[in-house]
Amino acid sequence: MEIPYTVNTRADTGVNNVKLGIWLFLASEVMLFGGLFSSYVLLRVGAEPGTWPLGAEILSIPLATFNTVVLITSSVTMVMAWASLKLGDLGKYRLYMGSTVGLALVFLVVKMFEYADKFSHHLYPSESTFLGIYFLITGLHGLHIVGGIIVNSYFLVPGIKMWHTAPERFTNRIEAAGLYWHFVDLVWIFLFPVLYLL
Amino acid sequence: MSVDSAEDIKKHVKVYIMVFVALMVLTVVTVGVAYLTLTVPVAITVALIIATIKSSLVANYFMHLAAEKSAIYWTLLVTAACFLVLMFVPLFAVLDSIGR
Amino acid sequence: MDNVTTAGHAHAEHEHELGFWQKYFFSQDHKVIGIQYTVTALVFLLFGFFLMMIMRWQLAYPGQPIPVIGGLMGDANAPGGIMLPEFYNQLGAMHGTIMVFLGVVPLAVGGFGNFVVPLQIGAPDMAFPKLNMASYWVFLVGGLVMFASFFAPGGAANSGWTSYVPLSVIATQGQTWWLIGMTFLITSSLLGAINFIVTMVQLRAPGLTWMRLPFFVWTQLVTAFLLLLAFPPLEAAAFLQLMDRVAGTSFFLPSGLVVSGQALEVSGGGSALLWQHLFWFLAHPEVYVLILPAMGIVAEVIANNTRKPLWGYRPMVYSLVFLGFMSFIVWAHHMFLTGMGTMISAFFQTTTMIISIPSIIILSALFISLYGASIRFTTPMLFALAFLPMFGIGGLTGLPLGLAVSDIHLHDTLYVIGHFHYVVAPGTIFALFAGIYYWFPKATGRKMNDVLGRIHFWGSLVCMNGVFMPMMIQGLAGMNRRMYDGGIGYQHVQDVLHWNSFMSFSAWGLGLFQIFFIINFFMSIRRGEKTNNNPWEATTLEWETPSPPPHGNFLSPPEVHRGPYEYSVPGAATDFTPQGQRS
Repeated sequence: MEIPYTVNTRADTGVNNVKLGIWLFLASEVMLFGGLFSSYVLLRVGAEPGTWPLGAEILSIPLATFNTVVLITSSVTMVMAWASLKLGDLGKYRLYMGSTVGLALVFLVVKMFEYADKFSHHLYPSESTFLGIYFLITGLHGLHIVGGIIVNSYFLVPGIKMWHTAPERFTNRIEAAGLYWHFVDLVWIFLFPVLYLL
Repeated sequence: MSVDSAEDIKKHVKVYIMVFVALMVLTVVTVGVAYLTLTVPVAITVALIIATIKSSLVANYFMHLAAEKSAIYWTLLVTAACFLVLMFVPLFAVLDSIGR
Repeated sequence: MDNVTTAGHAHAEHEHELGFWQKYFFSQDHKVIGIQYTVTALVFLLFGFFLMMIMRWQLAYPGQPIPVIGGLMGDANAPGGIMLPEFYNQLGAMHGTIMVFLGVVPLAVGGFGNFVVPLQIGAPDMAFPKLNMASYWVFLVGGLVMFASFFAPGGAANSGWTSYVPLSVIATQGQTWWLIGMTFLITSSLLGAINFIVTMVQLRAPGLTWMRLPFFVWTQLVTAFLLLLAFPPLEAAAFLQLMDRVAGTSFFLPSGLVVSGQALEVSGGGSALLWQHLFWFLAHPEVYVLILPAMGIVAEVIANNTRKPLWGYRPMVYSLVFLGFMSFIVWAHHMFLTGMGTMISAFFQTTTMIISIPSIIILSALFISLYGASIRFTTPMLFALAFLPMFGIGGLTGLPLGLAVSDIHLHDTLYVIGHFHYVVAPGTIFALFAGIYYWFPKATGRKMNDVLGRIHFWGSLVCMNGVFMPMMIQGLAGMNRRMYDGGIGYQHVQDVLHWNSFMSFSAWGLGLFQIFFIINFFMSIRRGEKTNNNPWEATTLEWETPSPPPHGNFLSPPEVHRGPYEYSVPGAATDFTPQGQRS
């Protein structure tokens, strides 16, 4: 017996295995970042009045705004990559997926500038609890971006062979990768105002 | 995913573009609001409301959640409940402590 | 083992292409992975048990050199064979960690879940076999990191399995290894949970509706959700603590902290309670992860050995789901003494009282299932029957802990240790033994020896009570937990000190009786009485396939036509009607 519903949808649940699996994974990720956001709240509420800095005092809002635009755009190119596959256009898929990876790299480069700037002013995680939580949350988010880059690059180059042997399965995988990528964007949509603007 | 014809996908693409524009506008609003001098509780509420709207757009349209099946919905609802518990209950515990 | 049919043929061919390593080590077959988890977990359980047996020497004879093996501990841990307090603390922290995270959960979920669930739902394997294999190896790496931590400078983690801050932040290097090990274990559990849920939702055989699922599968489903949603905040907390220890941050270090007369040179501003909230947010659902699969196993064994359907299947399922939800909002009953105000304490006390209701419903339904039954006292049934009153004692002793006022007296005393050990040891572990005796024939095609099984059972039952009942007495007298000298320094516990040696001898006796199990287990693999597909004459789907099942599990795709416990159906030819039997 082959494992059923790897590509086809099961009638009573309406999903295939991969889609259910990736949403469950995202649910666990919500709780992971939730743990960190909850820590942020408790640490800020528990801080002595006046000791918790405003994000704007230490962090660069223009850089982060630019990064927000970059990441949202990469979400659009990601979903366009999937749509191109649904329309059977491998060329467009390559273009959009390539753009997604490219934009992700831009995000990381900007992030590295931000971090380097902090370090050059001796603003390390150990300096204050605010900096500690800033580096940890954005660092973990950054690691998730790296993970997404690796997965998307795989589907752009070596993994693209599956399009020719099992196109529907390949499209489903891109959809799953896309769900992960949108989630990474979602986390940033909350991170940005919470850390930088409040 | 239900069987989508080329027409359906093209309609989706239009939606994606519109959502993209909306997200850009809301990003500008997010940053703009930060420059208004609001009290902290109000600032937090407004920022979170805008972020929630933006994330709903990403979830419903990019992640196709609006068209998804109940298995996914229920998973997310339970997750959302757990997330809210994790965010608020420790906070209440810290606020309602002896000596505060 | 004839598996050459149209359905099994492709897989039989595929299997013959696999080399030794791919078939037995890097296997993607859920049955092999289940056995890997089982054996690894049993080894860790034994190791954790050894740690406790050494601790119990120190408690019975504080300051006396450990006999025979005292010299092997090393001078850093036990100079002249006399245990140092630092070493006692390591043993305590690692005993808890290993038993919970490397023993019970991998056995109950990784072992039994992996092996039994796909078979019971009529699936050829788990939904994601490669992910399943990855989960096991990540678990093993985590376990090895934990084990290796004993050899770090300063030894293993020694701040309790709860790793409370700020003590754990300033502790020796072993704590960092603990945090890294936990990260691997949590990752393994998360990947496993995803696999389990997708499998149970998507791969049920045709006709296997939700209300026809064996109760064991339901318990695994709820357990998987608990693992999925409760573990990540602990992973976040582990990162925070790692940064405090390694990167000099102060997430958990309050301002003005002084250690050994020196002010700590950190930025301060952290919250020690933050760790407790994040830890217990996981650790409370974790205790339900420990008990639910056990309840599932007991349900299966009781239904089978009473020859009648379970009483109250539906209420049991609803209670189970309700319990899953409630388990997320009771955690701070572990924190009643941290200075929480009356409102929030009342909230957690109330939710804790409410959560006892579904547990009582499930336990009562299992008890009532015995009424009017033709009970077969097989070895698995003995363990399953003993589970009921033992879990009952464990549960009832939890009530004064869940009420804030009485908890003031009992918190962090031996009473707590007695309470949770009753639930996990003669509770869960007895259920796991029941499961091993019950499903051993399915996995190997041979039964375990009954005589050895009964000796194992009776000896374990008596000794378990000998170890844990006196803890209630000591706890009520106010004896604190985690004291390396067994309490001799405290005036108020002098009258109950004598129980220490009684408990230690019971613990060592318990160890001796496990030898019967170990011998039985290994002997029966080769020499056990051979059986057919269904030696227990059971109704659930796993018994409708060969013992052991071939790769791909079922010779032809199963279909389910009735509920899981159709025993003694009036008018039927035999006293059991298998789930997959047509008409």
